[in-house]
Amino acid sequence: MTSALTLNHYLIVSGLLFALGIAGVIIRRNALVIYMALEMNLNAANLALIAFSKFNRIIDGQILVFFIIAIAAAEVAVGLAIIVALYRRKQSISVDELTTMRL
Amino acid sequence: MNIHDALFWFFSIAMLACGLLVIANRNPVTSAMFLVLLFVFMAGLFLLLEAIFIAAIQVLVYAGAVMVLFLFVIMLLDIKASERRKFKILGVVGGIAVGLAFVWELVIILSQPIEPLAGGGAELHGGLEEVVKPFFAHYMLPFEVTALLLLVAMVGVVLLSKKELK
Amino acid sequence: MNHWLLNYSVDWGMRNGHTPICSVWIILFAPLVAAALIALVTPKWKGVSAALSIGAIALSFALSMGLFLVFAVKHIAHQPHTIQWLVVGDAVRIEFGMITDPLAMLMLLVVTGVGLAIHVYSLGYMKGDPGFSRFFACLSLFTFSMLGIVLSNNFIQIFIFWELVGASSYLLIGFWFEKPSAAEAGKKAFLTTRIGDVGMMLGILLLWSRAGTFNFAELQAKLPSLGLSPGILALIGVLIFTGAVGKSAQVPLHVWLPDAMEGPTPVSALIHAATMVAAGVYMLCRVSWLILPSATALHLIAWIGGITAIMAATIAIAQNDIKRILAYSTLSQLGYMVMTVGLGGPTQAMFHLTTHAFFKALLFLGAGSVIVALHHEQDIWKMGGLWKKMPITFWTFLIGTLALAGVPPLSGFYSKDEILLLAFEKSTPLFIMAITTAFLTAYYMGREVFVVFFGQPRDRHSYDHAHESPLVMTLPLIFLALLSIVAGWHGRVPDFLGALPETGHHSVLLTGGLIAVPLFGFLVAATIYWKPEPSDAPVKAALGQLWTWVENKYYFDELYAWIVKYVQGTIATICDLFDRWILQRLGIGGLSVGTGLLGRTVRLLQTGSISGYAFLVGLGVTVIIYCVVVR
Repeated sequence: MTSALTLNHYLIVSGLLFALGIAGVIIRRNALVIYMALEMNLNAANLALIAFSKFNRIIDGQILVFFIIAIAAAEVAVGLAIIVALYRRKQSISVDELTTMRL
Repeated sequence: MNIHDALFWFFSIAMLACGLLVIANRNPVTSAMFLVLLFVFMAGLFLLLEAIFIAAIQVLVYAGAVMVLFLFVIMLLDIKASERRKFKILGVVGGIAVGLAFVWELVIILSQPIEPLAGGGAELHGGLEEVVKPFFAHYMLPFEVTALLLLVAMVGVVLLSKKELK
Repeated sequence: MNHWLLNYSVDWGMRNGHTPICSVWIILFAPLVAAALIALVTPKWKGVSAALSIGAIALSFALSMGLFLVFAVKHIAHQPHTIQWLVVGDAVRIEFGMITDPLAMLMLLVVTGVGLAIHVYSLGYMKGDPGFSRFFACLSLFTFSMLGIVLSNNFIQIFIFWELVGASSYLLIGFWFEKPSAAEAGKKAFLTTRIGDVGMMLGILLLWSRAGTFNFAELQAKLPSLGLSPGILALIGVLIFTGAVGKSAQVPLHVWLPDAMEGPTPVSALIHAATMVAAGVYMLCRVSWLILPSATALHLIAWIGGITAIMAATIAIAQNDIKRILAYSTLSQLGYMVMTVGLGGPTQAMFHLTTHAFFKALLFLGAGSVIVALHHEQDIWKMGGLWKKMPITFWTFLIGTLALAGVPPLSGFYSKDEILLLAFEKSTPLFIMAITTAFLTAYYMGREVFVVFFGQPRDRHSYDHAHESPLVMTLPLIFLALLSIVAGWHGRVPDFLGALPETGHHSVLLTGGLIAVPLFGFLVAATIYWKPEPSDAPVKAALGQLWTWVENKYYFDELYAWIVKYVQGTIATICDLFDRWILQRLGIGGLSVGTGLLGRTVRLLQTGSISGYAFLVGLGVTVIIYCVVVR
């Protein structure tokens, strides 16, 4: 294969997605959207890992991504449950309402 | 430009565009839909990187299970009141500033090519056997712990979702 | 790397080879063990305490005697014996070692011999005192410290024991601490000597900074090759001499010694007459190789000694307290010794130190005997006619007086003779001062003897109750009286230290004069005071204004009080203001206000806003990446 693509191409895409994720977390007030932005961050990391795995020819990167996906699924489940619980209390999921540690 | 490179550019640009729309959209449902698209394009990139098994999982778990969960919660909470809220100027400026700072650093770091490590194994093809074998050898313990973690998460979710928190 | 235990067992082995080094360790530590045992185990059993203390010093005395005899008969020289005690890198190397040259051996004999007599005497003097055991513990502690000074082979060790001596002296002066004057006197002695000790420490450090070692032998060998400038050499000599000024109570730090007479009389005899105050002179002799090369330092030392000698002697003629007269006499004699060191005669100084230790201890113990007989009466004008009542005390006291005055053939004559001859050769003004002092010495001692033991009893009641002291007190008196007689004969002591330089031939007139001066002093005293009703009136009339000055000790105490009140008071006020305004308000207050402000500022970051936190986290991450990867 005579691809002109290098590791840097994938890393730049990954980095840009990560920057978008960070910006999203900071900008948005909706807890659900913040969660989505966080998922984007995780995916950006996954992309970097897979790219490294491919170009370094080491399988461990892909295995790590597998773990990340599994744990992300668990995290999303717990996180969304927390959001649901919060909503029951506050009738809102805006983080502006969540300025105290106690409910 | 061969088809491989063309697909890379298409997936990348489409994915970043989806990412932008996820955070820029005011309606969480729309955001969630774009996130699904983002996951699919990401899976495309994984395919280009010959990580076939991971690409499959990406679609199954993320685009399937996780996003369904998101949508389910959005629908369940019925959040119309909060979705029209305006962005705060300070938050937007801060977020963009941090994002740009990150990109600036990224440009500095990636301005010279990152050389792959020497001493890797044979060319990878990302097949099921290649990825899954280590789970039953070297990564046995983390694999089992992850399974346990999923169980714990499930118990936690059930507990959190009960009507009364005690 | 030598371990002390190893060394010690080696010593035991060598002892079998007839090298009695280990006994030095026993000499030093026996009194300490006794002090510790008394303080920790036997404070309730007075007899046991006294036995322990006396046993310890008797052991030390016997071993010192053995050491001396072995040396004198077999001429076995000791290797310097040291333990590496504290080693910091290459620069600081502090040893704990012993020195047993003739100088140390002589001093060992003086300290343990006089100390033994005084320990025994204390049995009688302190009888019935509630602090009996404590007294013996302190006495043993003092003996240990003093022996430590004598045996030290380096400056740090000598300084440690120097301070220990100061501390035990404080304990003993303030022994009757329930009496405010005694507590004050202890404090005064401690603080005044501390001034000198600071100087001494500076001198030690200065010397170390140049030579890099504390060891006497090494320093002595190194000193000529160091190429120190005369100024530095004089400065080191003078600074180290400052320690001696404090401890040996030379002008201007002499004020503590007369007040130290508040302590029990055996303490005055042991510490403030025979041994501790002589430590300064001993130390000067020990480091004479350091002082002798510097003419400037020698001059200063000689003049301070001379001035102390004559000034204390003049003060002594107007005192009324039986012990204070002796205290000023001690000052005067110490002045002699210091002057002698300054004139380049450490051997003569040690000779006088030795004889003086005997007869001054004797005089103090005799005075103590009188004091006990009169139920703690110390004013000489309330005594009188006691010679019939207390014959042993009287005769021994008389021997001590004659020895102190320098009447031949008693020991004081020989040692004082050497000093006066040296002064005659080296410096005329100092010789005149010294000979005047000799006259005054005979005069004031004659006054004391005539007023206390002769004439009509002024206080009938106490006279009737007066009685000779018990045997435990008179035996030490007799022992010391014998030593006071014989210690000077045949020049044994200076021979032991190394032969005196040949003093040349002196005219019969000079020698006769030296004998005549004390006799003349006694004669003057006798004409004035040998009466049934003696009084100071004729002298007072003759001296006029001078008497007032003398009686008030030249107003030194008042001067120091003034200095403390105004100079030190001003400095203290400035320090107080500095502390109050700069340190407290700006330093501590500023810190607390600053911390509060910082806290209030930082609290603004704690908004509870998740977006804000996310922003800060993102910012932090980019900054970390910048610092770690990009830069």
